[in-house]
Amino acid sequence: MKHEFECVIVGSGGAGLYSALETSAGAKTAVLSKLYPVRSHTGAAQGGISAALGNREEDKPEWHAFDTVKGGDYLVDQQAAMILAQDAIQAIYDLENRGLPFSRTTDGKIDQRRFGGHTKAFGQGPVRRACYAADRTGHMILQTLYQQCIKNKVVFFDEFQVIDVILEAKTCKGVIAIELATGELHTFAAKSVLFATGGFGRIFKITSNAFANTGDGPAVLARKGIPLQDMEFFQFHPTGIKGLGILITEAVRGEGGILRNNAGERFMEQYAPTLLDLAPRDMVSRAIMTEIAAGRGMRGDKKIDDYVNLDATHLAKGVLEAKLPDITDFCKTYLGIDPNNTPIPVLPTAHYAMGGIPTDLHGRVVVDEKGSIIEGLYAAGECACVSVHGANRLGTNSLLDLVVFGRRAGIHIGEYVKTIDFPAIPSDAAADAQTWIDRLTDGKTGPHGGHMAEEMQTVMMENIGVYRNETGMALAVKTIQNLRDRYGDVRVQDFSKPFNTDLLELIELKNMLDLALITGVSSLYRKESRGAHSRQDFPDRDDDNWLKHTLATLKGDHVNLAYKPVDTSIWEPKPRAY
Amino acid sequence: MKIILKIERFNPETDTESRFQEYTVEVAPTDRLLDALITIKQFQDGTLGFRKSCAHGVCGSDAMRINGKDRLACKTLVKEVADADGDVVEIKPLRHLPVQRDLIVDQTVFFDKYKSIQPFLINDEPVPAKERIQSQEERMKFDDTTNCILCASCYSACPIFDKNKNFLGPAALSQGYRFIADSRDKGFENRLPELDRPDGVWACQNHFKCTEACPRWIKITKRINQTKKMIQNHRKRKGESINDGTTD
Ligand SMILES: Cc1cc2nc3c(=O)[nH]c(=O)nc-3n(C[C@H](O)[C@H](O)[C@H](O)COP(=O)(O)OP(=O)(O)OC[C@H]3O[C@@H](n4cnc5c(N)ncnc54)[C@H](O)[C@@H]3O)c2cc1C
Ligand code: SF4
Ligand code: FES
Repeated sequence: MKHEFECVIVGSGGAGLYSALETSAGAKTAVLSKLYPVRSHTGAAQGGISAALGNREEDKPEWHAFDTVKGGDYLVDQQAAMILAQDAIQAIYDLENRGLPFSRTTDGKIDQRRFGGHTKAFGQGPVRRACYAADRTGHMILQTLYQQCIKNKVVFFDEFQVIDVILEAKTCKGVIAIELATGELHTFAAKSVLFATGGFGRIFKITSNAFANTGDGPAVLARKGIPLQDMEFFQFHPTGIKGLGILITEAVRGEGGILRNNAGERFMEQYAPTLLDLAPRDMVSRAIMTEIAAGRGMRGDKKIDDYVNLDATHLAKGVLEAKLPDITDFCKTYLGIDPNNTPIPVLPTAHYAMGGIPTDLHGRVVVDEKGSIIEGLYAAGECACVSVHGANRLGTNSLLDLVVFGRRAGIHIGEYVKTIDFPAIPSDAAADAQTWIDRLTDGKTGPHGGHMAEEMQTVMMENIGVYRNETGMALAVKTIQNLRDRYGDVRVQDFSKPFNTDLLELIELKNMLDLALITGVSSLYRKESRGAHSRQDFPDRDDDNWLKHTLATLKGDHVNLAYKPVDTSIWEPKPRAY
Repeated sequence: MKIILKIERFNPETDTESRFQEYTVEVAPTDRLLDALITIKQFQDGTLGFRKSCAHGVCGSDAMRINGKDRLACKTLVKEVADADGDVVEIKPLRHLPVQRDLIVDQTVFFDKYKSIQPFLINDEPVPAKERIQSQEERMKFDDTTNCILCASCYSACPIFDKNKNFLGPAALSQGYRFIADSRDKGFENRLPELDRPDGVWACQNHFKCTEACPRWIKITKRINQTKKMIQNHRKRKGESINDGTTD
């Protein structure tokens, strides 16, 4: 079936929905999502969204921008960070005015709390900057934006999975999607396409990410020769529930929770004397892994699945119930413990992709160091890289990124589509997608994807994790290359059309394998430690050689690397201490 | 331990009616039931159809009937439904919504009913330069209802649908309350026609099945009763009668 829209938005998380609200005001827009919109992983975000409102204490956008740059270990593009921090304030008021039920201060304003790496006066101490709605901030953002889309009659194609993009002569002309309910292929011709497909934590074994977070957008574009930026920077959040990876928000520490080793020591005192437990995530995750390696994990056996305790037992009575009800419930449901009485066993969990599809400040996809764009192609949210998160994202800055840059992309698209005509789509636009599906469903016997997915996730977790080294990363790359070869033999077990989730998952597996390879190669070649990319064989940051963004282009079974400069126009890079 | 999942299956291409299929799976008591389903799908039978995403009870994808109760598979631990080797856990799709395949139901009607109560803040007054002021007390009046993940467990659990398919249903009604109880919202009268009708709030007979089923602790029945009260008071003030189908 064929469709024609001025704007097609792929993904209905916070980024997709915010853009849709902007574009649909003037341009005929369709939102395609493989999940019902309210099932998107933005709904899982817990702790908060930052803005220097100053509702609890003095705060300034410049401080916020600086923290973002420093938190990102100076790989952040600084003008972008400034826009993020400045636009934040109006963005939060907009969300509130549109109905978002923020938690409130005693005088009825939006309440704010502390979060890792957010400081007053350029590092003087923690500041209350994170606006929140209990510990379901993302849920409330997603709900509010979806509700606004209902109000504004935005057109949705729910449960449509995009598997290819139509790119011709440096212009994006649409996408190809499978309708889950029927298995039918649809061609969407469009003047503009915005990818907002979220993260890809599922390439790792232990992750806070949803099953749907398979990186479809970046993978589809990578296969068309679009480079991906800074893919070596993947954030491991310090506090996932041991074994499960379910996130325990940093807000637990923001409200006063403390990390302790098997001697009961507050070990962050050794690693970040000023910010302690509220140091940036990369540092806290490293501290935990260092404690474990030294035999100070709770079991003390130095194995990488040992754990530490997150202690919230000393918090004032009622804080957990009132401000962190979901966390309390997760602990009760999955661990059988009450965090009021028992510390929470935690371990770093694969959480957030700092890298992704490179864009400019309007969400336009840029493909090289000169800033060349693909006409009509946009990206926003976690799948994109502006770059405001650099080598390590600060908590609460992703939700903010969605609304600030989702909005900016939406506005730009609204203007752009007025200037051009509908593209002519080649008649065989869906041929590649069809060939792929035909191969997976041709009835030959081949391996099923389950074991391959497991192998990928394990090798990535063990070798491209919190600490990395040459041998491990090389092994990971080799294993992924081998898995990509074996993918050629994979076949479905399900030959039905309606809801063939078997087929859809095999397609997602390919996306993950491609992104795992790009992540592995980008990591292997960055010979320094910066933010979340921490190498035992190159333990220091090396600004002389590596203060630059990676651009990684997939070419068959290889990845070509190029680099582009970082915008350091406001603050000169300094050593990072907290 | 090894348990048996007895799953109701239906493929519209090949089945005229649903059938049960049994799978034996190795599980730990603390595994989620969703983990067991995924094990089947990854390593035994790729044709099994079910939805999933967040895996920790916040996205609403995997509501299903587990041993006769409407629950999220990812929020149900094996030990809650099976004690010993060989125990059988029966899994069926949600009720009151058409089955599309295996455990996947068509939620179109559920979402249409949700949309019909205008689930968005209605307030045409000029927006202030900053936030609208709301006290924490005012906010807590509807706090629980903002937890809704639209999983449709309550829709399956509610016995009213057995007789009346047109009932708006617990989720839509509690979301109606979420807005009319919000001090910032001015849309009570806009939503009144939808809420105050025989298939609206008045169809609810206080069975409390929705409240029992809700994985997000929403006091659904209570919120419906509060909505009824608000409607009664409003009609009384205006000298009008409520539209519950009994008065003309
Ligand atoms: C547990 C958790 C807690 C977090 N807490 C916070 C926090 O407190 N503060 C903060 O700032 N950040 C937080 N984050 C990060 C933040 O929530 C995410 O980065 C952000 O929500 C991503 O939003 P998005 O719109 O980019 O993508 P998502 O919300 O993930 O949405 C992606 C969308 O793309 C669609 N999609 C994907 N592939 C396809 C395809 N092939 N075809 C069609 N549609 C597709 C999906 O259906 C979905 O609608 C948290 C993350 C996690 C995992
Ligand atoms: S009210 Fe509860 S059971 Fe009903 S849809 Fe919402 S979360 Fe699910
Ligand atoms: S998978 Fe999200 S609620 Fe169960």
